[in-house]
Amino acid sequence: GRNEYDLLVIGGGSGGLACAKEAAQFGRKVAVLDYVEPSPQGTKWGLGGTCVNVGCIPKKLMHQAALLGSALKDAQHYGWNIAQPLHHTWSVMAQAVQNYVKSLNWGHRVQLQDKKVKYFNMKGSFSDPHTIRGLTKAGKETIVTAENIVIATGGRPKYPTHIAGALEYGITSDDLFWLKESPGKTPLVYYPSILHLYGIIIYISLADASPDVSLECAGFLTGIGLDTTVMMRSIPLRGFDQQMASLVTEHMESYGTKFLKRCFPTKVEKLESNRLQVTWKNTDLGTEETDSFDTVMWAVGRAPDTETLNLKTVGVKTNSETGKIIVDASEATSVPHIYAVGDITEGRPELTPTAIAAGKLLARRLFGQSSELMDYDNVPTTVFTPLEYGCVGLSEEAAVQCYGSDNIEVYHAYYKPLEFTVAERDTSQCYMKMVCLREGEQRILGLHFIGPNAGEVIQGFALGIKCGATYPQLMKTIGIHPTCAEEITKLHITKRSGLDATVTGC
Amino acid sequence: QEAAKYEKKVMVLDFVMPTPLGNSWGLGGTCVNVGCIPKKLMHQAALLGQALQDSHKYGWQFTEEVKHNWMTMTESVQNYIGSLNWGYRVSLREKNVTYENAYGEFVGPHTVKATNKRGVEKLYTAERFLIATGERPRYLGIPGDNKYCISSDDLFSLPYCPGKTLVVGASYVALECAGFLAGLGLDVTVMVRSILLRGFDQDIANKIGEYMEEHGINFIREFVPIKVEQIEEGTPGRLKVTAKSTTGNQIIEGEYNTVLLAIGRDACTRKIGLDKVGVKINEKTGKIPVNDEEQTNVPYIYAVGDILQDKLELTPVAIQAGRLLVQRLYGGATTKCDYVNVPTTVFTPLEYGACGYSEETAVEKFGEENIEVYHSHFWPLEWTVPSRDNNKCYAKIICNIQDKERVIGFHVLGPSAGEITQGFAAAMKCGLTKEQLDSTIGIHPVCAEV
Repeated sequence: GRNEYDLLVIGGGSGGLACAKEAAQFGRKVAVLDYVEPSPQGTKWGLGGTCVNVGCIPKKLMHQAALLGSALKDAQHYGWNIAQPLHHTWSVMAQAVQNYVKSLNWGHRVQLQDKKVKYFNMKGSFSDPHTIRGLTKAGKETIVTAENIVIATGGRPKYPTHIAGALEYGITSDDLFWLKESPGKTPLVYYPSILHLYGIIIYISLADASPDVSLECAGFLTGIGLDTTVMMRSIPLRGFDQQMASLVTEHMESYGTKFLKRCFPTKVEKLESNRLQVTWKNTDLGTEETDSFDTVMWAVGRAPDTETLNLKTVGVKTNSETGKIIVDASEATSVPHIYAVGDITEGRPELTPTAIAAGKLLARRLFGQSSELMDYDNVPTTVFTPLEYGCVGLSEEAAVQCYGSDNIEVYHAYYKPLEFTVAERDTSQCYMKMVCLREGEQRILGLHFIGPNAGEVIQGFALGIKCGATYPQLMKTIGIHPTCAEEITKLHITKRSGLDATVTGC
Repeated sequence: QEAAKYEKKVMVLDFVMPTPLGNSWGLGGTCVNVGCIPKKLMHQAALLGQALQDSHKYGWQFTEEVKHNWMTMTESVQNYIGSLNWGYRVSLREKNVTYENAYGEFVGPHTVKATNKRGVEKLYTAERFLIATGERPRYLGIPGDNKYCISSDDLFSLPYCPGKTLVVGASYVALECAGFLAGLGLDVTVMVRSILLRGFDQDIANKIGEYMEEHGINFIREFVPIKVEQIEEGTPGRLKVTAKSTTGNQIIEGEYNTVLLAIGRDACTRKIGLDKVGVKINEKTGKIPVNDEEQTNVPYIYAVGDILQDKLELTPVAIQAGRLLVQRLYGGATTKCDYVNVPTTVFTPLEYGACGYSEETAVEKFGEENIEVYHSHFWPLEWTVPSRDNNKCYAKIICNIQDKERVIGFHVLGPSAGEITQGFAAAMKCGLTKEQLDSTIGIHPVCAEV
């Protein structure tokens, strides 16, 4: 028989919703299935996917809360008389953030309705290549058929299940943003000696490159005054430029986040006081150590939930190691008429904007006579740590590997944001570098910036790189004064020269 | 400093004529002392005031009523400026550039007379000269203006809080100052003769004005002051301002603690002996016309910066022009300063970054049917939680349909506008088209991705 829908999207997140809405613009019959399996701790949320509910949005808002804490400190230098000490209340912030997220859930539902996209709050799985079985929370079943199906179910945080107590006692980013009560005792900020109150420990062990929500969480938790420790087995921000990554963590250390480097946990136990005792091995010293915390958060990577989708039944191929769906340049899976976009696809950046763009372009190719493919090159991104890091293009290591260190030139500078001067803030990690080809027109391969508003700074330059920007073109661009971004147009000291790269003067 | 790199014997003469109220400052020029730098810092102080209010919604607790101390801020700002003045002197010394704190004027071919504060005169000769004397604020020429009004030359080091302030003018200087003064909690009124931000995109200029009005700044439109009298002396005192309508005979009066004039700037070219060496200036504006290599009509005399006719009055433009000029003179380079698509930012409470054509000038140059304007309001994520100003931020790009929809104008109204605009300016330099813009992935969640 005829299929009910032209397009069925499984997964109402960034990629799925963008695809569905775009398809509906072409007058197609579209349906979206979205379902949130509660986290082991029982947290769940509404329509919108990871970004809206447990990713970018709440993360940036809490990051903003932490930045405001610094702003309050700065404000005194600028003449504002604020009585000490300052207090932060988790529940006020959490509720404000959660309310905003809920308004977005609502907004998405309204949008789907406006665009006449049918929405099912059900968990979908394949019965055959054109048939999806949807299950509600209550167990009610609905069968839906569609000509084309897009899988956009994203991923969920992994648990280090080999560590005793990890699943029962630890939380992940899925839970952090929805906590009603503070994850740690709040020591009063600005006391000269902070008592070792128990606080939060975050264990990071990322196998692949992905924007580091965990470091960002550690950053804002520290910023709102919580005692926060980050334990890492190896290197942070894997896949990112390593020089920049270490500047970011250096800053976090001076900002107050504690780091336990080259350590890994072996077990988590609950104490009578309800606190958690973590035992870990220090690989440098070869010792075993323990300490207690209010909250243990795992950040050991994300994985797609492909088991329950029943992909094997229809023959959609996945990467056996990661579980992600293998797609070609047009987002097609190994089965005709079945596509995938977003975090669930193998080899793609785990970013909202790429998912959205891929979803839209896919819809246009399916229903809008377009043939434009998604360009995954030079995708800009920003890590919203206390001192933000924005980048686009190749890291220095990748450029060296690709072209050889003799064929690239790295221009760099340490600069001081004007606003930090009066506030007497440490600018040691405010740094930028541009990696270019050394010969010919000197095309820019990568741009890296650490400083305030890094995302705003990098966005426009990403455009320039898309246009094939060269070093001379950037030098011809007049700077806007006084901003941090203008320093990019003034980069002229090369690493090769060995000269002091500190910006001086106005 | 650039010339010194080529081992040329270089001298710099810098002298600051005190303001009518007796104010003066050190080495560095307008930007460092009475322009961009103190302006941005005070703008930041005002933004922090807003941040304080937002922070309550984000969970920060402290007493609701927070007061601002003008003296603390001004002291911090002046200290920083002092460090820059010092930095420049050290830098010149390290580069073997001779510096004299003296007023320079031409007395004959290749000869300049330098007079210092104490009146001691010295003569210097040089192979080439560069005039970069910039500008100073204009006064109205009405009774009481020199005696009782201040200008931006005085504001940033004012040794007392200005209190209830009347800002006269609608330039970016006027609006930026009005903006941060209000942000610090002062009662501010802006008196505008006709339009806001002449020369800027008027659609955006009006949005800026609206935003400022909604945030408590009073605007008196189509009036000009005709008299300023002192009611009471003091720091600040009380002044009475009488103003006349530009459209009729209506006269109004108002009382203020401070009157800040920001009606424009005049080039410092009338009293430096240019007539003695034959350098032509525009008699009306005082500005010096130069060719595209910054050369005046006298071959060995060059000029850069705010005094140039038909060029943008911006620090980075002056710096770029100065550097490139020297590289051409002594370094064998041929690159000329590119004055096209120079980005700029107005640091009003709602910041405005722009590069390229305004909508009006684009329509004028290319015709309405040949341009396409894409635009959007947006709500910065950080403003959602404190429920601030939904739908006030705005971005628009103007594309030339006949040239592959090349982006010829970029305008953004919102926080961090300067940081956002910089990269787009670089992209426009690379010939950005709408298609390329569309195919570039946004960074999420930031304002710039809109």
